[in-house]
Amino acid sequence: MIEVNGLDVRFGRGAKAVHAVRGVSFTVGSRETFGIVGESGSGKSTVLRAISGLLREWTGVIAIDGKRQRASRAKAFYKLAQMVFQDPFGSLHPRHTVDRLLSEPIAIHGLGNADRRIARALDEVGLGPEFRFRYPHQLSGGQRQRIAIARSLILEPKILLLDEPTSALDVSIQAEILNLLMRVRAEHGLTCVLVSHNLAVVAHLCDRLAVMNAGRIVEEMTVDRLRTGMSAEPYTRQLLRASQGYDRRAVETFETFA
Amino acid sequence: MGDSVSDPTPDRPLLTVENLRVRFRMPTRMVEAVRGISFTVGREKLGIVGESGSGKSMTARALLRLVPPPGEVSADRLRFADVDLLAAGARTLRDIRGRRISMVLQDPKFSLNPVMTVGRQVAEAYRAHRASRGEARHRALEMLRAVRIRDPERVYHAYPHELSGGMGQRIMIAMMLIPDPDLLIADEPTSALDVTVQMQVLAVLDDLVSRRGMGLIFISHDLDLVASFCDRVLVMYGGRIVETVDAANLHAARHPYTRGLLAAAPRLDRIGSELPVLKRDPAWLTGEDPAP
Repeated sequence: MIEVNGLDVRFGRGAKAVHAVRGVSFTVGSRETFGIVGESGSGKSTVLRAISGLLREWTGVIAIDGKRQRASRAKAFYKLAQMVFQDPFGSLHPRHTVDRLLSEPIAIHGLGNADRRIARALDEVGLGPEFRFRYPHQLSGGQRQRIAIARSLILEPKILLLDEPTSALDVSIQAEILNLLMRVRAEHGLTCVLVSHNLAVVAHLCDRLAVMNAGRIVEEMTVDRLRTGMSAEPYTRQLLRASQGYDRRAVETFETFA
Repeated sequence: MGDSVSDPTPDRPLLTVENLRVRFRMPTRMVEAVRGISFTVGREKLGIVGESGSGKSMTARALLRLVPPPGEVSADRLRFADVDLLAAGARTLRDIRGRRISMVLQDPKFSLNPVMTVGRQVAEAYRAHRASRGEARHRALEMLRAVRIRDPERVYHAYPHELSGGMGQRIMIAMMLIPDPDLLIADEPTSALDVTVQMQVLAVLDDLVSRRGMGLIFISHDLDLVASFCDRVLVMYGGRIVETVDAANLHAARHPYTRGLLAAAPRLDRIGSELPVLKRDPAWLTGEDPAP
């Protein structure tokens, strides 16, 4: 469903250029959820932004549903693939009601039946009709993320690109959103790419994952191998160890990986 | 140093809090952010965990009398070493803040001066304690090294916007530790950091507690982290402490809120399709639940 081959992203020019993504390749099968984990600056979000068409300066191959993608995307692409961001405060227009937020993609794609689609989308993310005419600031963080998910689903895409979708939420709300994502994924037969710094969240949602550091994929592995600690790479092992709580002696062994 | 506290008995708590309340009088209603909590802090790592809105940050601010108006703080007792914080005047409080009780907040973006190089800001903390310019610079560089900044010379001359969040936070911690406080209040100090950097910063704090005998109040939303790092944990919900447990026994916690939070987090060592969702009981707000 998604094929990425030799993806390279550079920001800036000359001496100040940053080589953010260096020869990243992976494939994601239909109805599979692929995770990308890494620390800040590893390039994981940049990969997702290149796939989604938000970022236009890249080289390499990105193919979606068998079609090779160029930097700029046609409208039809966005009916196929949608994105959910970390901070629903930043991704929802503060002066638009939920109704307007959800009707915009319907109007852009000329889908019609706006009323029924909106009611169904709200229902699907577990929000009642009373939320339809509220503004984002009248919603809690979890409710805002539900609206962001409703907006991404309203075009009935086949692919969902998730960039740290629960990182801004309390753990009890995170559980609700993860459950919701698992349910809509099954109901819509979605193919997903999930970017997160949280190994446990990735393990919970994904089948396979790539570990990124300094723009490169360090290791690609199944979640089962991650769970059993069967990683071949020292970087992954250190990340795993650090994710499992504080251990004074373990900290002494931490190395810097460039 | 720890011995600057004029309290020779090591088993007496550094900080005693009894029936602390923080209220905000709004035009139409009263918001109670902290509802009568009591606890003590010794030379230990005390964790305060809870979700957003639980009152954990407001508790930290109330201890330093930093609750903004229209907030009102009241308590039966609020005692730090030999000082009654409730009766203390502005001058006494100024002396205590930063020097004897330091505070590190989550986001260094709002705590560092954006138009001053990092080195000058750190050195200024030494200058405030009457070190010479050269001495201040030397010790500032040393402190940057102590919080594991790899290239202290470069960072010394950098402005805050040129640094990552992790770097900024380590610099904040460095500045807060310079006066050698007896008590450090850290409000989500590592939440914005990468997990390996987070562990390194925690090791710095850990060493300060064990080597200098500093007390640490560590506020976090992350139960698993607190359980592995702290000695004791207070669990807050709706402005109340619903449970106090030894960190090592957090996973055997008995309050349904604590247990609900622990169950809601996905774990690497637990495969499950559906995460148990927290069901909030109104009784948790009033303390009428049968919790221990």
